[in-house]
Amino acid sequence: MTKAKRKRLILNLVTFALVIAAYIILQSMIAGKSISRSLRGQLVPICAWIVMAVSLNLVIGFSGELSLGHAGFMSVGAYTGAVVSGWLLHAQNMQDTTLRLVLALAAGGVMAGVAGVLIGIPVLRLRGDYLAIVTLAFGEIIRSLVNVLYIGTAEGRLHLSFLNKEMPEGVQMLVDGAKGAVKIKPIATFTAGFVLILITLVVVLNLVNSRAGRAIQATRDNRIAAESMGVPVTKYKMMAFVTAAVLAGMAGALYGLNSSTVVPTQFTFNQSINVLVFVVLGGLGNVLGSVISATFLTVLPEMLREFSDYRMLVYAVVLILVMIFTNNPTIRAFADRLFAPLKQLFRGKKQAGGDAK
Amino acid sequence: MKKMFALMLALAMMLACTAAFAEDDVITLKVAHIGPTTGAAALYGQATRNGAELAAQEINEMGGKYRIEMINEDDEHNVEKAINAYNAALDAGAQMIVGNTTSKPCEAVGAQAMIDRVFMITPSASSEAAIGMDGNGDDSVDNVFQVCFTDPNQGAASAQYIAGHALGKKIAIIYNNADVYSTGIRDTFVKEAAALDLEIVSETTFTDETTDFTVQVADAQNNGAEIVFLPMYYTPASMILQTAAAKEYKPVFFGVDGMDGILDVEGFDTSLAEGVMLLTPFVATGTDEKTVNFVTKYQAAYGVKPIQFAADAYDAVYILVAAAEKAGITAEMTEKGDEGTAEICEALIAAMTEIQVEGLTGTMTWEASGRVTKTPLAATIVNGEYVFEN
Repeated sequence: MTKAKRKRLILNLVTFALVIAAYIILQSMIAGKSISRSLRGQLVPICAWIVMAVSLNLVIGFSGELSLGHAGFMSVGAYTGAVVSGWLLHAQNMQDTTLRLVLALAAGGVMAGVAGVLIGIPVLRLRGDYLAIVTLAFGEIIRSLVNVLYIGTAEGRLHLSFLNKEMPEGVQMLVDGAKGAVKIKPIATFTAGFVLILITLVVVLNLVNSRAGRAIQATRDNRIAAESMGVPVTKYKMMAFVTAAVLAGMAGALYGLNSSTVVPTQFTFNQSINVLVFVVLGGLGNVLGSVISATFLTVLPEMLREFSDYRMLVYAVVLILVMIFTNNPTIRAFADRLFAPLKQLFRGKKQAGGDAK
Repeated sequence: MKKMFALMLALAMMLACTAAFAEDDVITLKVAHIGPTTGAAALYGQATRNGAELAAQEINEMGGKYRIEMINEDDEHNVEKAINAYNAALDAGAQMIVGNTTSKPCEAVGAQAMIDRVFMITPSASSEAAIGMDGNGDDSVDNVFQVCFTDPNQGAASAQYIAGHALGKKIAIIYNNADVYSTGIRDTFVKEAAALDLEIVSETTFTDETTDFTVQVADAQNNGAEIVFLPMYYTPASMILQTAAAKEYKPVFFGVDGMDGILDVEGFDTSLAEGVMLLTPFVATGTDEKTVNFVTKYQAAYGVKPIQFAADAYDAVYILVAAAEKAGITAEMTEKGDEGTAEICEALIAAMTEIQVEGLTGTMTWEASGRVTKTPLAATIVNGEYVFEN
């Protein structure tokens, strides 16, 4: 095992271990009723935001393309999830919430993936910042479209209409134009969120550490060199982009099914930037960093509630401080020294294991 | 002498303390206000927060059976944050909620509160979905009550007002067919107008992008409408008024609560709005004792004139106390945590349909669905001020 490989393996193991440990601790807190209502209510959104951040990191950190419409994929997933879940409940009378949730998540992922392919095919052939511009437009287009989208279910059928509400009598509205997706039965659970995070981590980490992943990173580092080595750039960029879109769609479905209503204004450009902040703060190409920063930045505004109206001001200051501190060489050196014994321990153990082999 | 005075003061204070302790039947209700006190809708959230606080202060000073302890949580007019704010409020011990100020957050929180059994009264969330109505007569949320009219209800109320005050028989409607608020009000207005024998002579539409209203106004004028009903926000309304003035067409223009604010449109000649009527439950220039008292206190405390939202929230807190009295909320109930909150919720739901409250925004009673019944009030714009017509 080479040194780089071992280091990567340890980092991946640490990522999984942290997520699983967090899940076990939180679950035991829920079982012991020692968790505040506030934290408990945030668990599912945190899971969704982690998946969003990790998947965006795949696009920005690993394939080196800037995407500013990640919330658009989330919105596609959220609406699809709400419609599928509502249709299964009202038209097919499916009472099994787990199955409904799984199907809704899958449908959300597929729809967002389709949107990803449609955008990716023309745009990823180009060089430059076109993806940023097009994804930005995509987010806004999706938001405008769902604003005039009406979907209802009656007698086992789905009815869809744009602009005007031509629905049969006795219809159960699922998406009601500017009112958004309505009357959603919240079925998302923390366990489902946890499983989704695990799936995301397995997919992203495996992709990144595979042959395809190395090709993706090669196109990021030097496109011309990669092309001259025979790497089909568009194909690998598509692979990263569509995977990220599918994951974002699933996160969106989870997020949407956590509340009784979803509105188009929840998935604005600002929300895309918010996810971008998670990724940048966690570090480009750093999956564990994305997980931690998404969690931290979702919980932080709630922890700052006591500052009431000055909350977002404090939030901004904390954000700037974190940026400065994580990039300060002196502090980094200090942190390295602090963790050095721990690292030594790991290295020693691994080497012992290697020798025994 | 000074010492003597200090001693006496201390004695007086001790007496006061013991007196307060003697009143052991005073019950403190923890009420959470949830609304957007920051962000794009902050204007509304701050108004409801201030209104609720003012009412709580008054109630505590009056010293009845119930005292109010306010908790304030910000929802940023965002569904996810609204749920967080609601959870934070319950963590802080809230037993009932005045909120949410805006419709969508109210809808999300209402559905959660329905499961948790927490009583809510929303000052200003006006959509039907906020009280769990979905348009098919299905009422999925029983614990949320409104102080303001629902959007569609305003249409019916407008028609009733026009018929009741014999403002005219021939009516023109101009509405935004790409907007739920506008179409919702128009639909119920048309239905109610038919029942009340009002004749709709002209009906024209526009969308958010429309900037020229010549066609719509001409259609109303050519059909001889005496009243033009404008269920819309104030921006398009101001353009319609300008167009009508240019055509020297002078019917009665009748708007709904979205018209509130027309006098503050930049670059708009307010003299054009003279004589415009609008359905609104509250105007700061009202002369009745209650309104004057409220406006004076509000201005002294917060330095601005109260808007309709503040009055709604002020009423909401008084409604809570009235319902609590009717339901006979006991001190024991308030000390039992979640279980007690659920008991309070059930008791208040039962009490809401039995009480009648005279507030700033009218005399109110409630249906079990959570919808309020009160006399619609219309204000007329006279000399650049909203004035109530009696």
